[in-house]
Amino acid sequence: MRIEETARHALKPALAKAAGLSKRYVQRAPFSYKSFVIDALVDVEFDIAPASLTALVGESGSGKSTLARCLAMLEKADRGEIWFEGKEVSRSSDRELKALRPKIQMVFQDSAGALNPGFTAAQIIAEPLEVQRRESGARLHSRACELMEEVGLSPNWADRRPLEFSGGQRQRLAIARAIALKPAFLILDESVSGLDLSTQAQILNLLLDLQKAHSLTYLLISHDLGLVGQIADFVAVMQQGKIVEQGPRREVFANPRHHHTRELLASVRLLRSNFRTAQAGGR
Amino acid sequence: MTCAHSSCASALLRIHGLTVRYAASQEQSSPALVGVEFDIRRGETVGILGESGSGKSTLALSILGLLPVSTNITGSMLFENKDLLQFDESAWGTVRGTRIAMIFQDPGLSLSPVMRVGDQIAEVLRAHRPGPRKVRKQQVEAILRDVGLSQGDRIYGAYPHQLSGGELHRVAIAQALSCRPDVVIADEPTQSLDATRQAEILDVLREVNRKFGCAIIFITHNPALLAGFADRVIVMYAGRIVEEGPVPQVFRQPLHPYTKGLLQLVPASLQDPDRTRGQHLPALPGSLSHSDRSTRGCIFESRCFARTELCQSESPREVVPEEGRRVSCFNYEN
Amino acid sequence: MKYLERRVIHGLLLLIGVSILCFALSAAAPGNFFDEMKLNPQISPSTVAGLRARYGFDQPLVWRYGHWVESVLRGEWGYSFAYNCPVRSLLLVRARNTLILTGLATLLAWLIAVPLGVWTANRRGRWDDRLSMASTSLLLSVPELVIALVLLYWAVRIHTLPVGGMASVDFGGLGVQAKLFDLALHLVVPVTTLVLASLPLLVRHIRASMIEVLQAPFVQAARAHGIGGARLLFRYALPAAANPLSSLLGLSVGALLSGSLLVEVITGWPGLGPLLLDAALARDIYVVVGAVMASTLFMIFGGILADILLVAVDPRVRLGKV
Repeated sequence: MRIEETARHALKPALAKAAGLSKRYVQRAPFSYKSFVIDALVDVEFDIAPASLTALVGESGSGKSTLARCLAMLEKADRGEIWFEGKEVSRSSDRELKALRPKIQMVFQDSAGALNPGFTAAQIIAEPLEVQRRESGARLHSRACELMEEVGLSPNWADRRPLEFSGGQRQRLAIARAIALKPAFLILDESVSGLDLSTQAQILNLLLDLQKAHSLTYLLISHDLGLVGQIADFVAVMQQGKIVEQGPRREVFANPRHHHTRELLASVRLLRSNFRTAQAGGR
Repeated sequence: MTCAHSSCASALLRIHGLTVRYAASQEQSSPALVGVEFDIRRGETVGILGESGSGKSTLALSILGLLPVSTNITGSMLFENKDLLQFDESAWGTVRGTRIAMIFQDPGLSLSPVMRVGDQIAEVLRAHRPGPRKVRKQQVEAILRDVGLSQGDRIYGAYPHQLSGGELHRVAIAQALSCRPDVVIADEPTQSLDATRQAEILDVLREVNRKFGCAIIFITHNPALLAGFADRVIVMYAGRIVEEGPVPQVFRQPLHPYTKGLLQLVPASLQDPDRTRGQHLPALPGSLSHSDRSTRGCIFESRCFARTELCQSESPREVVPEEGRRVSCFNYEN
Repeated sequence: MKYLERRVIHGLLLLIGVSILCFALSAAAPGNFFDEMKLNPQISPSTVAGLRARYGFDQPLVWRYGHWVESVLRGEWGYSFAYNCPVRSLLLVRARNTLILTGLATLLAWLIAVPLGVWTANRRGRWDDRLSMASTSLLLSVPELVIALVLLYWAVRIHTLPVGGMASVDFGGLGVQAKLFDLALHLVVPVTTLVLASLPLLVRHIRASMIEVLQAPFVQAARAHGIGGARLLFRYALPAAANPLSSLLGLSVGALLSGSLLVEVITGWPGLGPLLLDAALARDIYVVVGAVMASTLFMIFGGILADILLVAVDPRVRLGKV
């Protein structure tokens, strides 16, 4: 089943693709001629199969978020190509980008910071619909309530503001806002990292449900391989701006090629086996 | 039941009937902690397990006397038989950072961005152990070595933004350990790290516990981190302790439905052959919302899979099913 | 490019811009120095015409500007018609006096404002904080002019303080110590005026920045490590507030400088203020331009000084990572 699944993905053209993507940040210090060069992306080749869930893992500073922002067209790479739905889009005009943006949405880690604290839940969800002129008037509010229901929030809370929600609920709100425009591609940057284990599982299950309903494609960015590895179809590992490992989850887990991946997997397994041993009654 | 252990006479820290109510929530009568009691013995490692909102962090802050002055606190906190709740600021100065220390969740935030990390550790020493600057610097470098940072010079002179995530966590541990405290409270100290770094930090904590004999209170939402690390686990829900016991017993046979729910969240293995694509992960339904707290019945009733009518109307008492364990659930009252 | 070089070039461009603006405005203003001479029956029209030609007033503005730039490069900074000497010799003394006044006022204002702002931030909502907030808002609503007049009245009443000028008549015959004491006495009224006028804003800004920093997690963490009191406030919290405070320093230098021009005129301090006022009234335009340039130069140095301080305190800026 799993292998067929992978094969099926492989036959379809990628939904999103990065080819030879490079990005360098140069920072200058005042009162000195020294400058600091950070290679955030180094010749990144990256494929995302349609209707799949790809987990991108790596330490902080490994370039995950830069890659995500480049794929989401929020940042321009120095070199390389970005393909979306079979078209090269990295040099799109503003007008083309405007048509493209609703299809690619991003959910951030810090939901409290990413949601306008002065808006109500309904206003937050309705905003992209309003900006894109998809809905208006009473339909707008009812659509927002539908979306709240879809992400497991009670529409009775439509008038609450972000800070009145718990962290998990705010993340649901951010997801509702992201799917409001019926995107094809959803990028979640550490969206479950700050949450409790119980809430993480709930949010990941929600993502699975939404994927089934809307055939969404996910890029799930995390530092926690043990968590996102559970539900991913594909796994990519980043280190120092390079993708050091990439492939179907089963293959990567069964046969990791890069030592960084091997190290990560070993640590995850150690934690799990400690837990199993404790459950079995040992120490 | 005030004490589940036979050895409670030797407790280093005894928390008794601790109830904490923040000033803002006074009218809503939903305290952050309700009648919390437990003991910490010298040199032991205790895990405090619960979701956010369970009162873990409030508990940590109250043990350090860092709750806002407007907070209403009742009960007692005996540290070497002196009640910390009666302490004034100057008395707290002899405890905070030197007898009881804390490792914060995110060292990127808990370290000053504009001071060298070595100086920040030295400041803690300076506050509690007056001595010449030169000696202090050597002490700091020795502490850095203790937490596995061998390049003392580079680390000492670095600012937080120049260090990696793993290094920062070690610096935060070094800072907490600088005065060889008797109790170290670690609040989710590995949350933002990847699995490899997480395992390293747990090793460091294990090592300092063994080497310096300081008791560790490890606060987390992830039961997997406590396995092979903590001697005892205290499970908290909505400001109450719902279960306590030795880690092996509790993990093998959890009693409270909440504990059972938390334990099943730890994924079985990396490659679960039975899981098909898109199949749900095991999850605990519902969330710890404020409405739970005003109930007359069991605080966990709305999320419990084993609830009965009794659970809605009455709050369960604490029972001791076996030596060293306790649980608050009607299933075990007879 | 190195930061300091960039700042210097930026400052030079600013000076050039200000000088052009000054020239343009002086040309746009009605009348010039020689128009008043024409009204004087003792001076013959041919003499006035000769003077006009000598100072290039029969030439287009651009020529005059070029001529002035040349004189700046020669170190003369133009020629004063009223004082009949190069502007530089006038400016040097006056600028020095203004520098003494504003430098001292800035120093004192900050020395008072920093501890007060830090302390009241720490005591937020208590009686001492409220008292400080109430008195600063009262001071804020009183114009400098009124403060200066009240102080002058007080100085006249108590007789021990000199009113006006910066030195007593017998200044030349005094020893070094007595000279300094005399200078200090003359400084009391203008400096106090400037400090009182700039204090409220400084205290409030410092307090607000500190309140923000005191809520930062690392300050809480330092508390948990048993670091408290003044050490926590000044070693931990204050440096972290350096960024907003250094821009405040740059601004306060500018504010004090423009405030001092007025205060100098009221209290009779022989700085750039009275010089600028007289020159403007007499249409002695090279003096006006020179005085404005000197003020601009002070502001630029104030800004650079603030940046250097920030870089010294905040390693994130120093190491190019913000």
